[in-house]
Amino acid sequence: MSGDSSAYTEEEIAIPEGKLTMRTSGSGDPVLILHGELGFPGWRKYHQKLSEQYKVMAPSHPGYDESDRLEWAMKVSDLAAVYLQVIDDLNISNIKLIGFSMGGWLAAEMAVMDPGKFSELILVGPMGVKPEEGEIYDIFLNLAPDFLEESFLNPKSVEEYSLIRPEEPSPEQEELWEVGREQSARLAWKPYMYNQTLPYLLRRLKGLRTLIIAGKQDSIVPVDAFRIYNESIPGSSLNLIDQSGHRPEIEKVDDFLKAITKFLS
Amino acid sequence: MFIGHFTERPYQDPKSGYFGATGKSIKDLTVSNDIYDPMLGSDLYNRYLDEKIYAEEMGFDGLMLNEHHSSPFCMGSTVNVEASILARITNKAKIVLLGNVLPIWDDPLWLVEQLATIDMISKGRLVSGWVRGTARESVSHNSPPAYNWERFQEAHEFIVKAWTEPGPFRWEGKHYQYRYVNPWVKPYQKPHPPIMLPGVVSRDSVMWAARQRIPYIMLATQLEPTRQSFEVYKETAREEGYEAGPQNFGYLWKVHVDETEELAEEVARKFVQGPSNPFNAGNEGTANPALNKLPGMTSRRRTLPTAQVATANRGGQLSRSFEDQVSDHTIISGTPKTVIPKIRHVLEYLRPGSVFFWDGDGAMTHDDQMRSLRLMGEEVLPAVREIADELGLDSPFEVDPKTGKKFEELQPETSDEIAAAPGD
Repeated sequence: MSGDSSAYTEEEIAIPEGKLTMRTSGSGDPVLILHGELGFPGWRKYHQKLSEQYKVMAPSHPGYDESDRLEWAMKVSDLAAVYLQVIDDLNISNIKLIGFSMGGWLAAEMAVMDPGKFSELILVGPMGVKPEEGEIYDIFLNLAPDFLEESFLNPKSVEEYSLIRPEEPSPEQEELWEVGREQSARLAWKPYMYNQTLPYLLRRLKGLRTLIIAGKQDSIVPVDAFRIYNESIPGSSLNLIDQSGHRPEIEKVDDFLKAITKFLS
Repeated sequence: MFIGHFTERPYQDPKSGYFGATGKSIKDLTVSNDIYDPMLGSDLYNRYLDEKIYAEEMGFDGLMLNEHHSSPFCMGSTVNVEASILARITNKAKIVLLGNVLPIWDDPLWLVEQLATIDMISKGRLVSGWVRGTARESVSHNSPPAYNWERFQEAHEFIVKAWTEPGPFRWEGKHYQYRYVNPWVKPYQKPHPPIMLPGVVSRDSVMWAARQRIPYIMLATQLEPTRQSFEVYKETAREEGYEAGPQNFGYLWKVHVDETEELAEEVARKFVQGPSNPFNAGNEGTANPALNKLPGMTSRRRTLPTAQVATANRGGQLSRSFEDQVSDHTIISGTPKTVIPKIRHVLEYLRPGSVFFWDGDGAMTHDDQMRSLRLMGEEVLPAVREIADELGLDSPFEVDPKTGKKFEELQPETSDEIAAAPGD
């Protein structure tokens, strides 16, 4: 699950009520990668490729994986504020911010709070807005392995699928999934996986270069949610990758990297 | 000894197919209410109320109701409505709610008012239990499971305060906020209706009950793990500086009495028929694993000895046969003559001050239940009371669980700790 751990360095970063795990690799402009609702998915090919060009920073959010839970944090925007403080403490700027799924929602909340901190924003299959058509897949009423399977259009043909969703998950892996589900439930049980006001707040991002990228056949987040992001963020682009489900960064990793590399360069 | 009667009030519908020993197994929260027959539902609600009236007539001290949501095995989705009706149509028995699902209430002031109204109309016969509820309750009312325990504790504190302290006051909590709490109905009992806590799974809950000196009622668990879980309560009590006694413990299990041994066995087998019930060993139906893993519902490492058995049962992994349950006394059936010594065994083993006989469930008919209630009243209840007296099993209505002292030794007018007047 953790991928090639020699490819990055891992350290603990202090936050006011605990610590979080940060993984870093490469040099150049910082790329901050925010994972989704089940926690850090392991060091995948997209991390590796991006680290050849940028300084990749991949934390585990408070309450996920080994990072300490913040008892007071009850909303995704609470975590967003914590991360902005982390960024202040690290004294980094010109950040390229990439968020996946629920982490895309987190990235959008961070950008709305402090757009000037970021040079580019990339939202990958983001949750966080209420689609007008369709509903966001219920990760709390489905088990993690079923959710992961549903996240791919053609799981059997995906190279990294068995790393994301092992046939026989280890007890440690299952525990990490449950830790992630619990923390996600603490943040987004109701309304489920969206912030009703976010589309109105996103208007503030008109000066921030933003790409929304998702699988065209996403069955976790309805594509209508991506349309709403696209229409709410003035000047943003929407790129739907064909023949991909909710995890284009895994299922169509080459197309995904090509699209974001082009956007970032 | 306090003796109560309980049934889950199953939705018994032979034509639904989800019924009887050969019926389809129900997977939790997967049966559409499209099959619900209102004419049948109406008859069943009235039947179960009639049985409660007769249970009172036959000498039961308590009429116990529970609450579940969106599930055919229990028609009691609004326990306070049933309790309100009992408040008016019965006269003597205590109305024991085990209980209201505290965390699913977004506005617990409604509970303060509803329960106080029931206590008013029943002239102080309400016993107000709380539960945290199962995953199906959180899902049905979309209540956040990760805050289930916090909401439980805060709602409890709020309700007790609203019952006992003069209003108006403000409540600015983490999960509940009010700027004007001044309900125009107060409980009949002083300082408030007695509270009980039923459960099977959570160690936190048992320890919480022990710290609050609230009686804990173990629900249909096997005897040895039940005894061990009572030990957790007792240990916590010792840490709090008191000795827990029978008044602190209750036990619910399946008991059916009938006219002959043959008839008793034939009818008792209906316990494990009828619509699947995840809490009814032998007929648990098919587990919905997502419900067992509802995120944050129960702290994964803090479970009781009974939990392992209870949660395995839910889903039929450990489906215990009728014969197994008979052999370890978790189902007791027979004529009064054969049933009484078996009940004695349970009382000696667990030493509870309160017992609840779970009967008339599964596929049992109204007639099955009425025969059993009659024989219990005529022969079993008097014998059980004698045994309990011999064993010194005082109920929480004889010995105050808050003080460990007999109510008759206390001066009601000088103690505000008394939860209920004895022998109402």
